[in-house]
Parts: sequence; structure tokens; C-alpha cells
Amino acid sequence: MLGAITILLLFQLAGEVLAQALSLPVPGPVIGMALLLAALVLRGSAPDEIRRTANNILSHLSILFIPGGVGVMLYLPRLAQEWLPILASLIVSTMLTLIVTALVLRALLRRKDRENAA
Amino acid sequence: MTTKLTHIWVYLAASPLLWLTVTLIAYQAANWVSQRFNFHPLANPVALAVTALVILLNLTGTPYTTYFDGAQFVHFLLGPATVALAIPLYLHFDRVKKMALPLLAALVIGSTTAILSAYWIARLLGGTREVALSLAPKSATMPIAMGITEKIGGLPSLTAVFVVLTGILGAMAGKLLLDKVRCRDDSIKGFAIGLTSHGIGTARAFQISEMAGAFSGLAMGLNGLMTALLVPLMMRWMG
Repeated sequence: MLGAITILLLFQLAGEVLAQALSLPVPGPVIGMALLLAALVLRGSAPDEIRRTANNILSHLSILFIPGGVGVMLYLPRLAQEWLPILASLIVSTMLTLIVTALVLRALLRRKDRENAA
Repeated sequence: MTTKLTHIWVYLAASPLLWLTVTLIAYQAANWVSQRFNFHPLANPVALAVTALVILLNLTGTPYTTYFDGAQFVHFLLGPATVALAIPLYLHFDRVKKMALPLLAALVIGSTTAILSAYWIARLLGGTREVALSLAPKSATMPIAMGITEKIGGLPSLTAVFVVLTGILGAMAGKLLLDKVRCRDDSIKGFAIGLTSHGIGTARAFQISEMAGAFSGLAMGLNGLMTALLVPLMMRWMG
């Protein structure tokens, strides 16, 4: 557990350092994720301990968004003022993005399958 | 007795312990409720916990900054959790490699759809530019979206709220909507949910299957990157 957390933090740290040093537009943790993926691919397997720890953290991913979400209390007046454009934008854009992404991906995968079969 | 209680309250209110503990309790209670409703998407744990906490903070007259002093320890874990997404990704890496080109194309189109539709729907319905710009990166995961908004002239902390709301909406509607368009492949479902609603969607996708969760985590990471690249490029189309 402790070893796995240290590894996650080390990769995050490496990601942050890279992001700052090369002034990348991407946040450190995302670079850290890419680095860890690369390391696992090179190693050829994922150690049990790190698998278990990742599973534990990811099964409670939702809780991590709660502190930011509670920030909604700072913006209640603003949200009340522009509730219609905000609500419409959030709902329609979310549904549109879900459907467009899924349909594009499905169409492309089907085409690829047909090409492979041909 | 009352003064003693007041004293204890004043002491606790100033320490991070109280609100950190309350955040953990709120989450577990919300999870318990969600479980009671058989994980019905409308009983979303984040939505329940956030609502309960906002009411509690208002009742006790606690400012958000005091709350965040305690809750920041939870907030901090977003970083290592993002890194941890590499593991499910690695476990499904062969499948990801095979689907690489279609995934990339869906990523670009999906990300563009998310950014432009969020901005223009708000603008066309009379929203201010500041609010519309804060909505544009809403599908990216929280630290990324906040960073983008800061650069383009929106309000980062307002973006944080929009990110959470988008996550909740995607988690609530995702599976239902994708079942409606007869999308049966868990990898496609996961990818669409993660691209649209980042970590909150990914938490939901892991309930669908481990495969959906892995693809959701992948899409969340990729769309974080893609949104960071696309929003600055699209500024000319967001007048």
C-alpha cells in the first residue's frame, strides 16, 4: 500500500516537473499517468500491490470531486442569475457529447471490422 | 454548558479535522443511499453529498474557505488518482492499441463537440461571455479545466462547479442514453462517458464493468489533453 502510493506520487511529481520545465499545457498528473503507463508497458506487467492500491483508489473516485463541487455555494447568486443558459448548456452539451462520441466511435470500429474482414 | 459547547465548536471549526471527517461521512452516507436505490443513476453519490454539505455549511454559517481547509486533503488525491488510471489502462492496453485510430478520431470530434456546444448554447441563450468561457472546458477533468479557464479569461472556481455538474449529468444520463442509441459495446460506452464526464463518469463506468471503467479512464486522460490543446485554438470561434 505505502509502496504503491509512493510510486503514484513519484510519477505525479515527475509529471509536474516535466510540465513546468517544458511549460506544457497539460497538468502534471496526466503526464504522470502517461509516464506510468509507459513504465508498465516497458516492464511488461503490473505488480499486484500497485494493482490493488489503484483499485482501492479508483473505486472511490467520486469522493475526490466533492470538495470542488461544494464550491457551488460560492456561485449560487450567479447561477440563479444565468440559470437558463447554464442549465441548457450543461444538459444539451453533455448529452450531445455522449452521443456524438459513441456514434462516431461505433461507426469507425464497424468500418474497420469490415475492412479487416474483406 | 452552552458556553462549553460554543467553546468546543469554535475550537473544532478552526481545525481541518472537522470538515475532512464530515466530507468522508457525507460521501459514505451518500453511497449508502445510492446503494439503497440499487445504484440508480439519479441517486448519484456526488450530487447527494454535495447537496447535503452545502446545506450543512449554510446552516452552520461556515464559509467555503474554512470547509476547504479540511476538504483539501481529499481534493489533493485527485492527482495520484489520475496517475492510478494508468493501471486499468495498461490491463486493457492490447485492445486500446487495436482501436487506436478510431479512438483518436472519436476523441477529436467528441472534444470539439463538447467545447463548442457548451460555449454557443450558453451564448445564444443570453449567457455572458465570462460564464460561457467558464463552461467551454467543462468535460475535462477538474485541474485541467480550471487551468484552461484561467488562461482564457473565465472564472476557474466557477469552472470547477461546471465540471462537477457535467460529471454528475454524464454519470446519471450516460448509460441510459447510450442504451437508447443501441450502443452495446462496453468499451465504446466507457469511452463516451469518460470523454464527456471525466472522473465522476469514470466512477460510474466502473459500475458498468471493469472494461468500461478502463476505457472511461483512458478517455478522461485523453480528453484532458485534447481540451487543453483545442480550447486555445478555438478561441477565434468563440466570439
